[in-house]
Amino acid sequence: MILKGKAWIFGDSISTDHIAPGRYFHLRTNLPELARHVLEDANPDFAAQMQPGDFVVAGRNFGLGSSREHAPRIIKLAGVNAVLAQSFARIFFRNSINVGLPVLELDTSSISQGDELEVDLEAGTVRNVTRDITVAFQPLPPVMVKILGDGGIVEHFRKYGDFNLE
Amino acid sequence: MASTLAEKIIGAHVGRDVKSGEIVVTPVDVAALQDGTGPLALTQLEELGLIRAHNPEKTVLFIDHAAPSPRKELSNAHMSLRKFAAGTGAVLSEIDEGVCHQRLVESFASPGDILIGADSHSCTSGALGAFATGMGSTDVGIGIATGKTWLKVPATLRVTMSGEFPPGVYAKDLMLHLIGLIGADGATYMAIEFTGPLAQAMSMPERFTLCNMAVEAGAKTGLFAADETTRKYLEQQGRGGDYRELAADEGAQYERTVEIDAQALEPTVSAPHTVDNTMTAAAAAGTKVNQVYIGTCTNGRIEDLRIAAEVLRGRRRHPDTRLIVTPASRSVYLKAAEEGLLTVFVEAGATVTGPGCGACVGVHGGILGDGEICIATQNRNFQGRMGNAEAFIWLASPATAAASALAGEIVDPREYLS
Repeated sequence: MILKGKAWIFGDSISTDHIAPGRYFHLRTNLPELARHVLEDANPDFAAQMQPGDFVVAGRNFGLGSSREHAPRIIKLAGVNAVLAQSFARIFFRNSINVGLPVLELDTSSISQGDELEVDLEAGTVRNVTRDITVAFQPLPPVMVKILGDGGIVEHFRKYGDFNLE
Repeated sequence: MASTLAEKIIGAHVGRDVKSGEIVVTPVDVAALQDGTGPLALTQLEELGLIRAHNPEKTVLFIDHAAPSPRKELSNAHMSLRKFAAGTGAVLSEIDEGVCHQRLVESFASPGDILIGADSHSCTSGALGAFATGMGSTDVGIGIATGKTWLKVPATLRVTMSGEFPPGVYAKDLMLHLIGLIGADGATYMAIEFTGPLAQAMSMPERFTLCNMAVEAGAKTGLFAADETTRKYLEQQGRGGDYRELAADEGAQYERTVEIDAQALEPTVSAPHTVDNTMTAAAAAGTKVNQVYIGTCTNGRIEDLRIAAEVLRGRRRHPDTRLIVTPASRSVYLKAAEEGLLTVFVEAGATVTGPGCGACVGVHGGILGDGEICIATQNRNFQGRMGNAEAFIWLASPATAAASALAGEIVDPREYLS
């Protein structure tokens, strides 16, 4: 599957507090409303201006901090196709796969704000159409491919009635 | 085969030797949710038709992040947790009982356990020799319903600690220093095993402080061997029967070893907005502070409050600096009352709150204003953490935080300690 959209650039160490700020704690049971504030503390214009299909492109250790699964959920709910980063924090990475949000590790340094990207999940590549550069992303671990392929951990469980990962 | 603590605990659960990198499906001993992550977990279980608790006595739902509730949305979220507990027999920890991680070590986690919690600081229980890790709502929800989860057996970063803390230097200073040294992603996907003569000499509260912040270096858990100190702690909690000795094997394979000599450490702080942005308190001295926050799962235990009280006794906060003190749990609160510490705090101009997460999570009880600066004993100083992205948070030990409340600016606490 080829995903197409524009890049939104974020820096290093984007925390779950940037993604789903604590001051909206009361909206955690209202995800569509919480999604209107996604990444607000990293870029206040992002939620209003991003288009469904766009990509979040970041530096190191994206998603560090809290275990709040709401963070990848609202990124997905906002319509983001995938998150591309130099590296991810562990809990965020696992939560993203669980909720069916592709999270791809690659050298993002050649991507700029607004670049048109095409992500080929099967081939494992990110093509920067604007700059005519193609970068490979780190293949997901097989266990993650399995869960993501099933559509997330809930769908995995629905399908098998148990874990089917070993 | 020589095993690390993480390999040993996971191996014992799956009934065979395991090595770092393997994927296993393992039984879970303790599963925990809190009021920020719990409602979503329950929604997911409803979707799966799995409204049940496999092991209700070791399934604990904590109302601690927004306790007492400041808003109706959160009151309704709390109702959903109470309903699940009533329907399944799971344990409910109410608003008077305190922060989940403190409650877990007091009453639920044991050496050799696998504990999963929908809160990133679940690694705190690793100090007891439990493989304790934070996960998302859905993972923990499934763990609650089925009694199982999947794990990648982590590689281990070993931290070998020696020497003695100089006066005015504490476990918190060591942990901030370590995170500054290896970075906020220095242990990503790894377990941190704390070893060496100083690890053996450390009290349980010091061990809790270190393991609590393992996730701030990206780690999956922080671990101490279970020893005599662990046994005595569990006995004090009326849980002597939960003790079992646990140590890594000689010759276990470590990804990396970092050595720390406590003697060489100084009071340390983390500057805004990342935990690894560390410097000495002396280097940060003179930074004006509007609010000082003492408490949390990192440093809200009785030993922490005693240190703060030692600094604050008979003194008064700076007129331009607010001081908030939140005991980590009900038992800490009671002990602090018994020992007269609450009086010391109130006389020093502190606002003492009931136990819970308090101001740390930015929901209530001390939200910062635009441009304001706080120095806090918590584990995280991310932008927006305390409810305002325009505010600045510094992290420190209880001694440094208390001394800064007196000075109205960040200070090296050693001049305030007798």
